[in-house]
Amino acid sequence: MIDYFEYKIKICLVVSVETRSGMKIAYNNMEMKDFNLMGDGGYFMFRYIMSRIGYMFVTLFIIILLSFVLMQTLPGSPFNDEKLPPAQKEILYEKYGLDKPVAEQFVIYLKNLSQGDLGVSFTFDNRPVTKIISERIGASAVLGIQAILLGTMVGLLLGILAALRHNSFWDYGAMLIAVLGISIPSFVFAGFLQYWVGVKLEWLPIAFWGGFEYSILPTFALSVSVVATIARFTRIEMLEVLGQEYIITAKSKGLSSFEIIGKHGIRNALIPIITIIGPLIVNTITGSLVIEKIFSIPGLGEQFVNSIITNDYQLIMGTTIFYAVLFIVVVLIVDILYGFIDPRIRVAGGNR
Amino acid sequence: MVIKHDENLKVKKYTPDLFEPSNQDAIKREQIMRPEQSFWQDAWNRLKKNKAAFLGLLIIAGVILLAIFGPYMNSHGYDEQDLTRTNLPPKIPVLENISFLGVDGKDIRNVDQYASKNVDEFFWFGTDELGRDLWTRVWQGTRISLYIAFLAATIDLIIGVAYGAISSFYGGRLDTLMQRIIEVLVGIPGLIVNILLILILKPGILSITLAMVIVGWIGMARIVRAQILKLKGQEYVLASKTLGASNQRLIWKHLIPNTFGPIIVVTTFTIPGAIFTEALLSFIGLGLQPPVASLGTIVNDSYKLLRIYPHGMIVSSIIISLIMISFNLLGDGLRDAFDPKMRK
Repeated sequence: MIDYFEYKIKICLVVSVETRSGMKIAYNNMEMKDFNLMGDGGYFMFRYIMSRIGYMFVTLFIIILLSFVLMQTLPGSPFNDEKLPPAQKEILYEKYGLDKPVAEQFVIYLKNLSQGDLGVSFTFDNRPVTKIISERIGASAVLGIQAILLGTMVGLLLGILAALRHNSFWDYGAMLIAVLGISIPSFVFAGFLQYWVGVKLEWLPIAFWGGFEYSILPTFALSVSVVATIARFTRIEMLEVLGQEYIITAKSKGLSSFEIIGKHGIRNALIPIITIIGPLIVNTITGSLVIEKIFSIPGLGEQFVNSIITNDYQLIMGTTIFYAVLFIVVVLIVDILYGFIDPRIRVAGGNR
Repeated sequence: MVIKHDENLKVKKYTPDLFEPSNQDAIKREQIMRPEQSFWQDAWNRLKKNKAAFLGLLIIAGVILLAIFGPYMNSHGYDEQDLTRTNLPPKIPVLENISFLGVDGKDIRNVDQYASKNVDEFFWFGTDELGRDLWTRVWQGTRISLYIAFLAATIDLIIGVAYGAISSFYGGRLDTLMQRIIEVLVGIPGLIVNILLILILKPGILSITLAMVIVGWIGMARIVRAQILKLKGQEYVLASKTLGASNQRLIWKHLIPNTFGPIIVVTTFTIPGAIFTEALLSFIGLGLQPPVASLGTIVNDSYKLLRIYPHGMIVSSIIISLIMISFNLLGDGLRDAFDPKMRK
């Protein structure tokens, strides 16, 4: 039971801290000692996954409740208009079910939600929110996936390079890039990228969404923090792995340094990096809000920001719930994947 | 004494004259050769050796001083509008004669805006689209950004430490319950809650801080809990307990002081995180309302003018980046400094 519990602490520590710079601290505090999670034939793993899914639903319920309360309390919704004569108000109330008690309204709201009905947008001539989201998600997904792929690859390269040339010019250079990437806000980076590359040099389109060339600048801007975070993690992991005794064993077996680094170093270093992919995806989605606004990309983030500006509450709520589900599911999947990918967990389970 | 190895000699003879008695001074043997150093001195010494972190600390000190005194260093108010002097580029006395610094009052089209608008005064960072002095505004904004960040970090710290300490110290059912609550809260995406809360509470310094704190303390609570769980089982705590120390004394005198390291490190990283979140919220239209400005709202406002009058964006984004870099460098340095494994 203790093993199970400590594993949970470890996973939670890694996942919980969402601030970009915070992730490393959380990581340093995790205990790497207990991998006997699967001790009782996978029972604990199963229980762990089930409890996580349970928490996921409670969390979702809280978010939905919060958004429902928000809908009820916000001033300036079309139903609270003072100019509305009582008769019209009644018709409106009846049509939207607002004359029923609050609890019943909430049940109706939940029921609609479970059928995928997120309401209709006020500003887009009553178009359903689900439709708006599905139209807009494409550009955001392309942008997000490109940024994460690019960021992960560049970050891994930088991190491995820094670890292999520890305390050299390359190490300091890579870490300088990492600190800058973590520190400089993405919108500052995006703004200047747009100004220098788009406006001054005229190499790439400044804004909007067309072919591949339109996605280059926003992808760069979005991937900066991914590069920085992955590079820092990879460097620490690689340094740790390269100091292990099995690396000395591999060396004494006479393996080439290419094989040592590739087969023993990188493969072992990569495993813990999976844990930060979840928070990174969440950060990238968050970052896309501003990046899409800056580059006027017709994605979900830009839509969300606009709906905040125009006070389109239905759209805000719908998108919020969509984002919340996305975040929670992504983090859950990454956590569960980590449990399956780390061979040490499996080996420990097989021994008993 | 070095004994030369003789190849011919098969068996080495150890004769008494090869040995001499050591000085068995009982007092000297017990003497600690290293000068005694408290935890803080030790950490401080290691921090000073870390050049990057020390530089970060100096920059933070400088920025804080400027945020306090900067707005009073010239005669302009942060909300003083004057449409006859809009969008002036920076102009600084003396430095204006060095052309590559770009603080000679000329805009990107090389027109001296000060001459064409008949302005005699100097605006060190230029002015914005309403003719407000950017120097005053930027430092006023820094002050508010730092205020929000420090306030959020402090509240996080208080709630997080109390929650983590209680949960881990008393353990058992209470711990289980408190951890269940955390597990539910931790799944809530931070930015989503921020946005929802600010929509309810309306943007303002307190509402933005509160929105960040709602889920912000969880990281701290977890780290404190993990740390105290580790410390709780150690002998010195048992010894203190045996001597009859109360729970309160155990928590405040033994457990929490030993978690100071991680607590300070987490707090140091919370601050740039809060500044970033606040700026992000400003950028999506949920920031402070004018005339009050934070660094985030200034970056956002000046971004709109980037193509015509880049000076505002350049100045404000350099300062926000500088603050974030310094806190990250300091945080990295502190983590190394508080890590006992680094002790030499």
